[in-house]
Amino acid sequence: MGSSILELVHINNYVMLAAILFAIGVMGVMFRRNTIIIFMCIELMLNAVNLLLVAFSTMHSDPGGQVMVFFIMAVAAAEVAVGLAILVMIYRNVKSVDIDILNKLKW
Amino acid sequence: MSKIAFFVLAFLSIFSAMMVVFSRKPVHSVLSLIFCFFTIAGHYILLNAQFLAAVHIIVYAGAIMVLFLFVIMLLNLNAESEPHKTSAGKIAAVVSGGLLLLVLVSVLKSTDGLQLSAAPDSQVGMVKNLGMVLYDKYMLPFEVSALLFLTAMIGATMIGKKELD
Repeated sequence: MGSSILELVHINNYVMLAAILFAIGVMGVMFRRNTIIIFMCIELMLNAVNLLLVAFSTMHSDPGGQVMVFFIMAVAAAEVAVGLAILVMIYRNVKSVDIDILNKLKW
Repeated sequence: MSKIAFFVLAFLSIFSAMMVVFSRKPVHSVLSLIFCFFTIAGHYILLNAQFLAAVHIIVYAGAIMVLFLFVIMLLNLNAESEPHKTSAGKIAAVVSGGLLLLVLVSVLKSTDGLQLSAAPDSQVGMVKNLGMVLYDKYMLPFEVSALLFLTAMIGATMIGKKELD
C-alpha cells in the first residue's frame, strides 16, 4: 500500500478547505433569495462537515467517523425529499420561490 | 502526486462552490453543485474512504441532485424569474461570510494539537471494515434510519400530493 494522503498533506489543509466550503455555504444562504439555492447551500455546508469528519476518521484510523458520515448522508437524503416536497407545495400556492415572500412566521 | 491531486481537487471544489452561489441561472447552480460533489468524492478517494466515495456519488449526484434538477425544471426557474437581493444585501452577505471564515480560520490557526500520531490504517474506509462496524456497533441506528426513510417517504407524499377538496 502507498503512504496515506495525510502524510503528504497536513490535516490543517483539510480543516481549511472544510472551513472555506462551510463559509461559502453560509454566505450563499444569506446571498440568494431563491429558496432552492438556499437549500443547495445547506447541502454544501453538510458536505463540508462530512469532508472534515472523513479526514479526521482517516487520521485516527477510526471507522466511527465514517459511519457517522453515512448516517448524515441518510438524514440529508430524507431532508431533501421532504424539503423539496414542501417547496413544490409552496410554489403551487404562492407561485414563487422567493424567500422574502415567505415571511408570515417572521414576526 | 497525491499532493498535487489534493490541491487541484481543493481548488475545483472551492471554485464550483463559488459558482453555486454566484451563477445567475439556477440550473447552472445545480450543475456546479453536482461538480462540487464529484470533487468531494475525489477527496474521499484520496482519503482512502472508498465506500463513502461510492455512497456519496450514488446518494448525492445520483439521487439528491437529480431531485433538485427535476424540481428546478418542473418549476421552470430561469434567470428572468430569479429574485435578487439588493446590492447592499449582497455586500452584507459577502462581508459576513468572509468574517465567519476569518473567525473560523483564526480559531483553527491557534490550535497546534493536530499532529499525525501514527501512520493511518489504509483499510479503515474499505467496505469490509465499515460493514463490520455498521452491522455490529451501529446496528440500532442503522435500523432506525430505515424508519426515518419511511417517515420521509410518507411525509413527502403527503405534502406533495394535491389537496383534497
